[in-house]
Amino acid sequence: MNHEQLYETESHLVTRIGKAFLTERVVMHGKDLHHELDHLEWLHLYLYAILGKDPGKNVANMLNCYWVGSSYPDPSIWPNHVAALAGSVRTTPSLGLMAGLSISEASIYGRRPEVRALDFFYRAGKWCDDGGKLEEFVDHEKSLGRILYGYGRPLAKTDERIEFTLDKAKEYGFSEGRHLKMAFAVYEHLNREYGYSMNVAAVHAALAADMGFSCEEYQLLLSPGFVTGMAPCFKDAKSRPEGSFFPIRCDSIVYGGVGKRDWGD
Amino acid sequence: MPSDYVYHSNFWFEEPEESNPFAAKACYCHGYDVYGQVIAKASWFEYLLLMFKGERPEPTEAALLERLAMVLANQGPKEASVRAAMNGGVAGTNHSSALMSSLAVGSGLYGGSQELEICIRLWGECGQDIELWKARLQAPQEDERADIWPAIEHPPGFDPNGDNIPTILRQSLELLVQFAPEDGALAWLQSHRNTLEAFFDCPISVTAVAAAALVDLDLDQDQGSMLYLMLRLPGAAVHALEQRKMGWKKFPFYGPAIELEDDPGPYKKPSAEGNQ
Repeated sequence: MNHEQLYETESHLVTRIGKAFLTERVVMHGKDLHHELDHLEWLHLYLYAILGKDPGKNVANMLNCYWVGSSYPDPSIWPNHVAALAGSVRTTPSLGLMAGLSISEASIYGRRPEVRALDFFYRAGKWCDDGGKLEEFVDHEKSLGRILYGYGRPLAKTDERIEFTLDKAKEYGFSEGRHLKMAFAVYEHLNREYGYSMNVAAVHAALAADMGFSCEEYQLLLSPGFVTGMAPCFKDAKSRPEGSFFPIRCDSIVYGGVGKRDWGD
Repeated sequence: MPSDYVYHSNFWFEEPEESNPFAAKACYCHGYDVYGQVIAKASWFEYLLLMFKGERPEPTEAALLERLAMVLANQGPKEASVRAAMNGGVAGTNHSSALMSSLAVGSGLYGGSQELEICIRLWGECGQDIELWKARLQAPQEDERADIWPAIEHPPGFDPNGDNIPTILRQSLELLVQFAPEDGALAWLQSHRNTLEAFFDCPISVTAVAAAALVDLDLDQDQGSMLYLMLRLPGAAVHALEQRKMGWKKFPFYGPAIELEDDPGPYKKPSAEGNQ
């Protein structure tokens, strides 16, 4: 009977992630939170919590650059726009920031391109390991009609975060990785053949592959990534008159549907 | 001067008041005067179907959607999305936070809207071909790439933790069939579920029933997903409100149920000798 497997976990969960022994102590992945992990920066601890091991300071510093480099206090960016709307209509910070974060898991920016791009580099690496040429892999993906995430960008031709990220990669010892080199080789091929540009998702994903994150780990790591840009957007909109954040007049809804008709009875 | 920034809509048209361009004098949904006619003459479910599909629905369609909405209205505290809202409610969270948690947890591949989307997609691929269903239900992924959604771990629309179809779901299916087209998805599901359940050794779930109803309403996977998410919120809301009043002392706290397998025990400072 299938349901019998539920009995086992109805009142019992065995885990190794840790536990809060409330009023006493907290263990995270075998270490005491308040005595053995207290020296870590918050983001470094977040990495430890996800990976279950300390990846070292250079990885933490590199990941920190992803977050810093995408912290744009600009409410024109869609997740930030949601946070600003939340402030403008006087809802709470948690609701505003979580709503903004939830739409960061999008298809044209944020989580899907990041995950797809990381997966692309792992599959490209395997293709090359099996004796294939990188350019063939890229052309094969294109022939399947697949979007090559990390190449091309919805609103701009260039990405100001690339140079910043590459400088940091050099500083923290990640500038010579296999996948990062692959990212540029793919760019050169796509640029030559199709005039594509590269955005930071490709560079981030290639570096993530060089750091060895799984797609799930990478998605978890980056999930709160845009929040720093959202907080000032929320606060700024809340400081202004209510409802004044880019208000929309009726005529600004441009209609393209059927004409007026009668409902009848 | 109009704004430089405009939004485009193919179903919603607003006429402004002469005195205030930001206030609407009339709103039209797919051409119908919402405040002048639709609200006065249509039912809530006719209006919903008008919004989603663009045409005034047949009475039978609105009746089917209304019955589906009632089937989904409260899945009870056991259901993960309701339970998520209760966790918010009991802590005295914002009502919107409780519903957001319900939507998030209710979006999953196990009983949630993402599973429903796969079911509706498979209806498009398999139609009423049972052999095709058997094949596709075993490998429903679109391709091999990693995505923000993980791969589904069971045949979509089936409950791997179930034995036989629960009575309430069988009743729901039997009832919905009466409101559905004779040769439609719900009718086919009702007559073929036994074969599929035996093949997969587990019963269909409410997701399969909802997907078939939404297919019979000619809604696509995106429209169906939105409706499925929305229609399950009433129960989440009321259970959240109830737990808020019930209080946290009556609500489960699973601390004692969690066993740490590799507990290092209380922290001990390294001894001075150990440091040397």
